[in-house]
Amino acid sequence: MPIAGPPLQVAPVETDQPVGDTDVDPDRPWVVIVWNDPINLMSYVTYVLQKLFGYPFEVAEKLMLQVHYEGRAVVSNGPREKAELDVFRLHEHGLWATMQQD
Amino acid sequence: MLFARDRVRRRGEGRYQVRLRPNERALVEDLVGQLREQLVASTDDPSVRRLFPPAYPNDAERDAGYQVLTRDELLEQRLAALDVVERTLDGGDLDIAEMTAWMGTLNSLRLVLGTRLDVDEELPDLDPDDPQAPAYAVYEYLGWLLSQVVDALGSDLPPPSADTTRL
Repeated sequence: MPIAGPPLQVAPVETDQPVGDTDVDPDRPWVVIVWNDPINLMSYVTYVLQKLFGYPFEVAEKLMLQVHYEGRAVVSNGPREKAELDVFRLHEHGLWATMQQD
Repeated sequence: MLFARDRVRRRGEGRYQVRLRPNERALVEDLVGQLREQLVASTDDPSVRRLFPPAYPNDAERDAGYQVLTRDELLEQRLAALDVVERTLDGGDLDIAEMTAWMGTLNSLRLVLGTRLDVDEELPDLDPDDPQAPAYAVYEYLGWLLSQVVDALGSDLPPPSADTTRL
């Protein structure tokens, strides 16, 4: 049970506030996830993670193996704009990357 | 292994060469032309959709925004990389940008072909008469070539710079 947060039950209130934004906390960091796919070569994924994020080979390889065996790995995180740029750079390289709030 | 000799050479820092045999050159040229045609026709076609993945798979509205922002740039980059490969098929010296264009193009071709074949990590042991055998052979060939490009470019990565403590 989290200590902070909204009360569990509130009566509906009529407001003019915008709807549709699902962000509870806009400052909550975003995570960038790379998903396993059967096409991208393991050596290629390792190389791309080194190149895009400056990771040492051992870190990039560990993340690649996590993608391979567990189906996904968080490869970076940060504010939404940074996460979106990271996703874009991964898409440039053909990796299956998505982002979500942590 | 089917392919006995390496095709990609690193000829010093940031200098490379891709030397294909004439039949391989014709194959790559043909594949590049096909991919360009598909990309120019539509980036929404299932055959090339894999090259434009969603950023927000569970948020259609945000993903639409992402696609608007990025689709054209991704397309332009891919088309530019195809041009580089076509222009440098003759086996001359390549710089790092040209070698990177080769890498991107070979990977795009594998993604498109692999998606069409619905490949698994383990490739099937096909009978040579199987109608899908030629496509699988091309797929394997592209992977063989790509891994050589990755090896060559990997030698020229800058030293690691990331703070990995938060991962």
